Amino acid sequence: MTTAPIKFYQVGSYAIGNRLLPSAAGSVQSDADRTNALTSGHRACQGCGEALGARYALDAAMRVANNKVITVNATGCLEVFSTPYPETSWRIAWLHSLFGNAPAVATGIAAALKAKGRTDIRVVGQGGDGATVDIGFGALSGMFERNDDVLYICYDNEAYMNTGVQRSGATPPAARTSTTQAVGEAPGNVFGQGKNLPRIAMAHEIPYVATATVADLRDLENKVEKAMQMRGARYLHVLVPCPLGWGSQSCDTVKIARLATESGLFPVFEAERGEVTASKKIRRQVPVEEYLKLQARYGHLFSPKRRDDVIDHLQAMADRNIVRYDLLESAGE
Amino acid sequence: MKKPYAITLDVESSLANHTGSWRVERPQYVNLMPPCNNACPAGENIQNWLYIAEDGSYEAAWQALIQENPFPAIMGRVCYHPCQDVCSRAKLDEAVGINSVERFLGDLAIAKGWKIPAPEHASGFRVLIIGAGPTGLSAAYHLRRLGHDVTIRDAAKVAGGMMRFGIPKYRLPRNILNAEIARIQEMGVHFQLEHHVDNLQDAIDDGFDAVFLAVGAQIGKRAYIPACEAARILDAVSVLRDVEDGQAPLLGRRVVVYGGGNTAVDVARTAKRLGAEEAIIVYRRTREKAPADDGEIQEAIEEGVLMKWLATVKHAEEGTLKIEKMALDANGFPQPTGEFEELEADSLVLALGQEVDLSLLSNMTDLQIVDGTVQVDSRMMTGRAGIFAGGDMVPADRTVTTGVGHGKKAARNIDAWLRKGEFTKAETPEVIEYEKLNPWYYSDAPHAMRDRLEGARRATNFDEVVKGLDEETALYEARRCMSCGNCFECDNCFGVCPDNAVIKLGPGLGFEINLDYCKGCGICVTECPSGSIIMVPEKS
Repeated sequence: MTTAPIKFYQVGSYAIGNRLLPSAAGSVQSDADRTNALTSGHRACQGCGEALGARYALDAAMRVANNKVITVNATGCLEVFSTPYPETSWRIAWLHSLFGNAPAVATGIAAALKAKGRTDIRVVGQGGDGATVDIGFGALSGMFERNDDVLYICYDNEAYMNTGVQRSGATPPAARTSTTQAVGEAPGNVFGQGKNLPRIAMAHEIPYVATATVADLRDLENKVEKAMQMRGARYLHVLVPCPLGWGSQSCDTVKIARLATESGLFPVFEAERGEVTASKKIRRQVPVEEYLKLQARYGHLFSPKRRDDVIDHLQAMADRNIVRYDLLESAGE
Repeated sequence: MKKPYAITLDVESSLANHTGSWRVERPQYVNLMPPCNNACPAGENIQNWLYIAEDGSYEAAWQALIQENPFPAIMGRVCYHPCQDVCSRAKLDEAVGINSVERFLGDLAIAKGWKIPAPEHASGFRVLIIGAGPTGLSAAYHLRRLGHDVTIRDAAKVAGGMMRFGIPKYRLPRNILNAEIARIQEMGVHFQLEHHVDNLQDAIDDGFDAVFLAVGAQIGKRAYIPACEAARILDAVSVLRDVEDGQAPLLGRRVVVYGGGNTAVDVARTAKRLGAEEAIIVYRRTREKAPADDGEIQEAIEEGVLMKWLATVKHAEEGTLKIEKMALDANGFPQPTGEFEELEADSLVLALGQEVDLSLLSNMTDLQIVDGTVQVDSRMMTGRAGIFAGGDMVPADRTVTTGVGHGKKAARNIDAWLRKGEFTKAETPEVIEYEKLNPWYYSDAPHAMRDRLEGARRATNFDEVVKGLDEETALYEARRCMSCGNCFECDNCFGVCPDNAVIKLGPGLGFEINLDYCKGCGICVTECPSGSIIMVPEKS
């Protein structure tokens, strides 16, 4: 009659660590000796999701690559807040050139390492959504189609935050930015525009494409580990909420990322050679409203007049993701 | 040092930039009061002993448990676990089976022979305890641990009080009861059994420095029920006592028990086990309003005990009872309806509550008695300095657990009074609300049920009804605890800080905020599963 699971560890793998498990089974972030690729003293805003995402991803990459990683950073918040001359927050080999050329510079470094026979050193390119989706897109697409041996990570906070929250190709519909104000009949960013970069990356049929968020560390670390064990062009797209640009409370950064996935608005999945191979199932489904109402950039959907039409439209987008990426546990499981 | 063109400063780490200066609020680790601890009548630190048990340190968990309560194996059987009624986990799936884990630890302690730590060095004080029930035994245990010389007197041949003479064996097997009492005896508490104290003053004059009264309430209340001489009417306390003494009374084929408390249910279930074909509980209100524990009522129904709610006994004759139907009025009180019916009954057992035998206090004029109970102050001291009282004798819930709590409280106050000090209870932290938790992080896990003997089979014998948990299941159950308000080292704060401003101190040591770099974003507070970090404003 008593059918208890044999293994049950209180918080399972949801929390960062777990005192009931041997430390080898713990996440990189639970390790007191983690790299801290991006260390204290950086000038990111309170509650910055990008600073968190970058440390999560790079610490994991460092562990897999035995600390032999060179990082190329595009221009953007992450670059600006981490390296105001003469200070740096980086505790790994790190290089910044221009806004639009990070994938190309990464490609060059990978080629140089290959020429020198140092393929044990791995290259990670990274940037925000502006550098990735818009400004550096040509270079990135070239890196993909040549299948250069680089893991490129996009920290997506859905606008140009560093320069004052201007719309990017990754800004979602209805979101208010400084260039898509909440005025007129269709306030905020328009529907039907923008790019879905993970799908564009998949269209290049590169070895590995995945999405992740700062709300699920284990999933993010697993994907970095998997990507680092492969060669060729790999792409990781990480959702990183921005308290400043999204108008959310600094304490809610991780919570908002979690609601983005639990509502279905941000699908978490992985794909190999252009085919989706797995998706992270929604655990406690919520309506998109739960996600939207914590962010001032969607405030115009709730006041002065509630815009059910727009909320429904966003819900339809979430529902489409749920079907497209098979985000719900199928019945009977 | 020669520098490249246009470079004038040496590169340095951002650690030079103390971003802590941005902060207006700071996170602070706290230990809040979990709801379970707050509800425990014995003042157990439940969250703490579950936490210790979670990694398999059962003996350490048991030692932590018995700091407050010497009877885990008894509690794990007879406590009505108010802790589980308020358990935060109930809002997520089901309450943690605290009671079953407590029993597991208690049974393991008996099996392994774990010992109570040696008492503190002798205080030189002598304390007399009157009554060897749960309250008196608990007081004896705590006083002994504090180094006092304790004598406990009881009129019965064996110690245990209502745990022995009021709670049937199928709920509390006697080997368990005896084992936990024996441990107290081994501590060096002097038991003087078959020693009826009828004059308190004489007892005090035996040279005791303090006295604790815990004689309980064992006189069954009689309600006036018109009855013909041949009607067989008994009281519940006597029935249970006689069964324990091996002199089961003749109750007949059909037994009616009048009352809605736990004692009524115990008698009805006992009657079934003694061979009654029918045992019927008659109670003037409804099941929802009955004071008996709902789980007990359910078990009784499973065993075939019949329930007659909203009914009173008007008249008792030989073989039959006249019953009046009741109806609840607008305020929820039962009112007579004038409708009567006959109920066949060979005997009627009254379970209408108990009264305290106050005869030993007859010449103690400075003790205040109100409504048949002894009045005590917040230290559990009566009107006479040095005489304390607790358990069913004083106004309170009459449960074993409350008695155990009284014993502890009295012991700590007696100790302080003897040492000419005052017992000051550690300040009680704020109770943590469910809304302050972040339940997302806990794995999904429904409650592990304890096996029960099948109703029909168990109703024919006095074997224990509820079975214990095996180790694996007990561990699973302990790990369902959400550690409300207390850090359990999940590393979330350490992980989610964008500023790397949380310092991990190592196993068992918790965490510290590095205030040089903490910007006060509060993510650690939001993402703490157990709500054990709070934000406090910085002083301007």
